[in-house]
Amino acid sequence: MSPFGMFAETFLEALLAGLFLGCIYGLMCVGLGLIFGVMRVINFAQGDFLMLGMYFTLYVVSGWGLLAFLGPAAAPFVGAVLAGPALFVGGYLLHRLLIARVSGTSVSGSEDEGRSAQLILTLGVALALENGALILFGSTPQSARTTLALRAWEIPLLYDPTAAVFINKASIVACVLSLVIASALYFLINRSRLGKTLRAAADNPAAATYMGVDVDRAHRIAFGIGTGVTAVAGGLVATYHPFQPYVGLDYVIIMYAGVVMGGMGSILGAFWGGLTIGLVQQLSTLVLPTQLQNAAIFAVFLLVVLMRPQGLFGRAAERI
Amino acid sequence: MAGRGGLIFPLAAIAIMALGWLALGLAVGNSYYQLMMTLVPIWAVLGLSWNLLSGYTGLVSFGHASFFGLGAYTVTILLVRFDLTPWFGIPLGMLVGVVAALVIGYPTFRLRGHYFALAMLAYPLALLYVFEWLGYQEVPLPMKREAPVWYMQFSDYHVYMALAVGLLVAALVISLAVERSRFGRSLLAIKQNEPAAEAAGIDTLKWKMRAIMLSGAAASAAGGLYAVVLLVVTPDSVFGVLTSAQALVVTLFGGTGTLWGPVIGAAILIPLSETLQAELGDVIPGIQGVVYGIAIILVILLAPEGIFWRVRDWLHLARATPGAAIRSTAPAAPRAVAPVTAERRTSPSILLEVSGLSKSFGGLRALDGIAFQVEEGAILGIIGPNGAGKTTLFNLLNGFLKPNGGDVVFAGETLVGLKPNRICRLGVGRTFQVVRAFQRMSVLENVVVGAYVRAAAEDEAFEIAREAVERVGLWPRMEALAGSLSNKELRLMELARALAGRPRLLLMDEPLAGLAAAEVEEMLAAVRALPSSGTTVVIIEHTMRAMMRLAERFVVLNHGRVLAVGGPREVTQDPGVVEAYLGSKWTALHARG
Repeated sequence: MSPFGMFAETFLEALLAGLFLGCIYGLMCVGLGLIFGVMRVINFAQGDFLMLGMYFTLYVVSGWGLLAFLGPAAAPFVGAVLAGPALFVGGYLLHRLLIARVSGTSVSGSEDEGRSAQLILTLGVALALENGALILFGSTPQSARTTLALRAWEIPLLYDPTAAVFINKASIVACVLSLVIASALYFLINRSRLGKTLRAAADNPAAATYMGVDVDRAHRIAFGIGTGVTAVAGGLVATYHPFQPYVGLDYVIIMYAGVVMGGMGSILGAFWGGLTIGLVQQLSTLVLPTQLQNAAIFAVFLLVVLMRPQGLFGRAAERI
Repeated sequence: MAGRGGLIFPLAAIAIMALGWLALGLAVGNSYYQLMMTLVPIWAVLGLSWNLLSGYTGLVSFGHASFFGLGAYTVTILLVRFDLTPWFGIPLGMLVGVVAALVIGYPTFRLRGHYFALAMLAYPLALLYVFEWLGYQEVPLPMKREAPVWYMQFSDYHVYMALAVGLLVAALVISLAVERSRFGRSLLAIKQNEPAAEAAGIDTLKWKMRAIMLSGAAASAAGGLYAVVLLVVTPDSVFGVLTSAQALVVTLFGGTGTLWGPVIGAAILIPLSETLQAELGDVIPGIQGVVYGIAIILVILLAPEGIFWRVRDWLHLARATPGAAIRSTAPAAPRAVAPVTAERRTSPSILLEVSGLSKSFGGLRALDGIAFQVEEGAILGIIGPNGAGKTTLFNLLNGFLKPNGGDVVFAGETLVGLKPNRICRLGVGRTFQVVRAFQRMSVLENVVVGAYVRAAAEDEAFEIAREAVERVGLWPRMEALAGSLSNKELRLMELARALAGRPRLLLMDEPLAGLAAAEVEEMLAAVRALPSSGTTVVIIEHTMRAMMRLAERFVVLNHGRVLAVGGPREVTQDPGVVEAYLGSKWTALHARG
């Protein structure tokens, strides 16, 4: 095979891997985008919701075996999707009990709008969750792997009979599910009555209150949805990737980078931001050593934020 | 040194704390507890470093591990590669920290709020992976048995403890010096209202850069000592998210914006987590994290601003109740105006000349070809319906916004392209439509911030500020917190803050908004007295009636254009102006009738 052919093969493989991974990152970012981008609540525990989504998937599939009847290929995906409603309830309750005290109407007009309180409170939640998970689940890496993760589609490249690109079947299914859920959420937020209420409550809580919107309830629902969506993304990662209780830390940073890069306040932007990160991460392996994969993400993130603070896909910059 | 409290009490408190800590350390024999007692001051220094930047300016940094880690790795690599003692390594590490602060601060300070916080997070994480890639996964510090003291390696843990406490004392004294100076007050002003600080003549970027450089040096020193004490450095332990988090957790827990916050936070949290780790870590791994997390949650719910402020407020409440009645004394009427040292001119000259000034936001033309002049010693009114572009015009004049075209010449110098603080220095003051006060500062301190432009020394600044407060008749409320003032008092305070910069030109944005009739009279009297003491006034106002009695010339704006210029009579009789204010239907109706 010619050197060019070799390069084309690895390039295509990295590109496809980046796109598929990027879709799952995009879904994670959509979840955080709702909480951080739209409601402007800093949630450090978002990565730990992701982790809980992973363990939820693991336990409904192999731990308790509730979904065993679906077969080893499909069960993990169904488990991942079910993590959504389960963690929605978790997020909803967490907001009601803790987050509401340091965000939304209870702090509007205060010096920093509760920013440092949110930060430290959710940091406490994150510590409690990940160490609680360590006690409950142990530190051994586990995975809720689908049997599809062992199979790949082979796409022959026409220019050379020996060249082909392999695509993991699990990552394709995960990618499609991510796209479906992200678009469903997009329509929910932008078209439905509930979505309009949520956006109004986030955009201008005072005005929304005057219009008869129960702002606190809207915030709880939005927080719950954001939590649930990120948990689904976690479950999808779990279908082909091992994880442990501290995995959230790795992802929380990717999520924040994606949301900011995409442009705060836009659901669609958050998805593109996550996709960009997936691409940067995979394509950087072509030119950089693998250890620097994540350094490349942060370098790109910093460049984007410094050159275009409104994000790659955002419309307006923050005003003075 | 009035208004700043004595230095003796805090210095004595620092000395007592340090000596007490060392005495306690001497009493402790267990080497594990000795290590813990060494780590507390180190984390407290990191917290203080974070506090210097984020506590005082309000710009939350998620990335102080950058400086901590660079300090730790500088010491380690110099020792391993070049056999250089940490006695030199730590100061060199601080230098690296300062350089890193320059490189990081300059671009990142263009960001605000959440963007700043998250961008800061990216630096240590990028560094983490770079150091892993460079092959510094786990670097032990070599034992130097031949000259332990030269290499900062002591068999007796108390020496490390003394070093850590010494570093803490240094950090506390520096924080104290910052807190009690123009430096600290400028940072606090930035935290409470950055645009107002900039408009009051504070070079916000310069102060933020100084803060991050000092902060970087302190964090690097803490990191360097950390490496020396623990004898091993890994990228995760010094650049990791948890290290950055530690800096902010100890500070937020103890209380931000005060030098005692990080000390209190570290003294409670570090022993708590270490003890839990030691006692329960083997039995139930992770339990210490859960307890630590819950402790943090509880504190933030019970004392959201940190322990220090909660205790202080509580003490103040207990002390202040009997004296509260004194505060309710009504402010007296404005006193006789003291003349200000500004040169008077015999014949009026043009102080401000605006020509062809235009500004558009996206496709919207907010201002289009604005031109007018202001004579020295005049009061010029700018009127126009809502959305006419009045406040945008002020934002262009004082540098908050850059025009797309046109020129602004003030006393022979063009203002276009200058930053607000430069424009303020040249002699253009400003007040805001919605008062931008520094809520947590007293009236006098608020005004001092405005006086810094004209004063080199602290005492002089306080002198000028006191004079300005007296000039607007707010002297009975001099020590009250801005947050406790009435609307009229706030407006007078903002006027005093602007006057403390001794402006030749003062831009006032709706100073009468929200005032009752009697208060309007008081404000009008204060404004009317300004030209005679050397300050020319340009004033935006909505209420035509009050303006007719105040200004001798008017510029009427409508849809971003100058509709009319002239005296009160000419302007009110201009059909275009009447139409803009009352609507074309009304005009048409009356034209027919």
